[in-house]
Amino acid sequence: MGRVKRTLAPYLLVLPGGLWLLMFFAVPMATMLSLSLQEGDIVNGYVFTGHWQTYIEAISDYETQLIRSLVYGVIATIILIVLAFPAAYWIAFYGGRRKSTYLFLLLLPFFVSFVLRTISWRLILTDDGFLLHPLKQAGLLPENFHILGTSAAVIGGLVYNFLPFMVLPIYVALERIDPRVVEAARDLYASPVTAFRKVILPLALPGVFAGVLMTFIPVSSDYVNSEVLGSSSTTMIGQVIQSQYLSSSNYPTASALSFTLMAVLLVGVFSYAKALGTEDVMKVAAR
Amino acid sequence: MTTSPPHHATSAPTGHGQRAGHPAIEFVGVRKDYLSHGESVPAVKSLDLAIGQGEFFSLLGPSGCGKTTTMRMIAGFEEPTEGKVYLDGQDVTDVAPNKRDVNMVFQSYALFPHLNVLQNVSFGLERKKVSKAEIRRRVGEILEIVSLTGMEKRQPKEMSGGQQQRVALARALVNHPRALLLDEPLGALDLKLRQQMQVELKRIQREVNITFVYVTHDQGEALTMSDRIAVMNGGNIEQLGSPRAIYERPASRFVAGFIGTSNILDGQVSWVENGLGVIDLGSGERVLAPLPATVQAGRNIEVSVRPEKIDLHRTAPHAPGLSVVSGTVSEVVYHGTSTNYTVATTAGSDFVVFDQNAHDAEDVASRGERVFLTWAPQHSYPIGV
Repeated sequence: MGRVKRTLAPYLLVLPGGLWLLMFFAVPMATMLSLSLQEGDIVNGYVFTGHWQTYIEAISDYETQLIRSLVYGVIATIILIVLAFPAAYWIAFYGGRRKSTYLFLLLLPFFVSFVLRTISWRLILTDDGFLLHPLKQAGLLPENFHILGTSAAVIGGLVYNFLPFMVLPIYVALERIDPRVVEAARDLYASPVTAFRKVILPLALPGVFAGVLMTFIPVSSDYVNSEVLGSSSTTMIGQVIQSQYLSSSNYPTASALSFTLMAVLLVGVFSYAKALGTEDVMKVAAR
Repeated sequence: MTTSPPHHATSAPTGHGQRAGHPAIEFVGVRKDYLSHGESVPAVKSLDLAIGQGEFFSLLGPSGCGKTTTMRMIAGFEEPTEGKVYLDGQDVTDVAPNKRDVNMVFQSYALFPHLNVLQNVSFGLERKKVSKAEIRRRVGEILEIVSLTGMEKRQPKEMSGGQQQRVALARALVNHPRALLLDEPLGALDLKLRQQMQVELKRIQREVNITFVYVTHDQGEALTMSDRIAVMNGGNIEQLGSPRAIYERPASRFVAGFIGTSNILDGQVSWVENGLGVIDLGSGERVLAPLPATVQAGRNIEVSVRPEKIDLHRTAPHAPGLSVVSGTVSEVVYHGTSTNYTVATTAGSDFVVFDQNAHDAEDVASRGERVFLTWAPQHSYPIGV
């Protein structure tokens, strides 16, 4: 009796989460896949055809937005690493007793809603806002200079909104490094730069990897930043999917684009993992 | 084959070793302050010390005594607030750790977790741009010395504590440093392994003939392995000498108490004659101790007696040439090789007596029994005289 309970226990533990995933992940996914293989419109209804025509049409129609999203994703992720690593490094190694205070300060802006934060960026970047206006008055910028509506504004917003998701995993990885291991490297004739390259960086890579996963995917499929800070020339695939779904009620196209995006991201993430040597990365991460 | 004399003096700092004509390591007037809550706190107060070439030198003391700071100043991880540090006669006070020809075995080993044994051990040689073939040869050689041959591809976390410790040792020794610094390297091992490693470390040190500086709070470790020991307390060296000198002739009450077990008696010098003093304990009992003629009668004095030097009797012995102290047994603890008695003496202090279980299986005395303790005059060691 006791033994039966013990063998069942792990399954019982996974049951609630499993059911949840089945209901709200597996079922919608299947529904979406089916939708993407249908044809028709909202008035006359949709019929399952089972052929991939929608995909081909959707991809050729929105190729620009799809590629732009991935480019924005890659650029934003690189900037995120560049910004987050030094910050995480500083907090982990020089934060002393105030580490948690600094982490809290980092997260503080994120107690305000995503959309609201992005809108306040719009106020900052707007042509006669308090950033550009004085600079133009002083003659430091040409009168027709603007940021809002450009790729720079969108990528800036993306970087700002996802910064903590890059800082935190890198911080966790750095924080776990025993300072004596770094001293050991110095003791074994490594200059500070070599000690960083040969010891700190490889030990921090799992954190960078996790950070990339946590930022690249949502950044590439984001639809708020471009909507608020961008223009028609910065439209991202997330916006397309949203408008296809909510405005045009073109469910098959929206579903097909969603699946395409997911496939592209999965391929991207896996080839990135492969390039880094996932096996090792995962092993180190699991430690 | 006759035994060759030791290649370095055990009682005095060699000062002029055979390799470079300089001590391997030298501290001159070194002080180290730490900033703690805006206040400067001395970790090492005043250090003048020369460690000889090829010496096994221990820094021994309780935590916070300054021994680790001293070692870290040799490695270059700490910079002295005042004074100079020399390696082989060269001033290295301001030299970065990676430019110093010493290597360290860290307390928790500090192996590189992302590298295997081979990569860990090769790390230093790679930084020094040693050729691949030479690295392979030297790593193979050192792994053999520490008995890790065949484990080259293992990851540190797949190894036992004892094995990790050997990797740490190999990683440092493979560079043939001028001195090897060991920071409580055996602290994390269990007793049996620790004792094994003590013997092994001594063997390895003989084999590679490198100066070892060993930091420990374990007096047993320091006594068994060292050529010389510096006993540190409160940022100062309390005593510097061979293990035997430190054990038999402790320079201070602290050393007497920290190294092994000591019985301390307080008394007053009655008279001194022919290098032998009579010390009155104030209980009507007297203790004989070697004392120089310069010691004046009436002076207060502390005498240390080691527990294994004392004989225990149940009847008042007729022992004219010995010190005799009486007391009551308050504790009897059987230890296998010996039985330890705690005796509350009439003179006031508690005495510990180790009685070798050489002949009789029976205890000499039991709890509550009145006993007499005797020892020879030369085993009374007057502290600080």
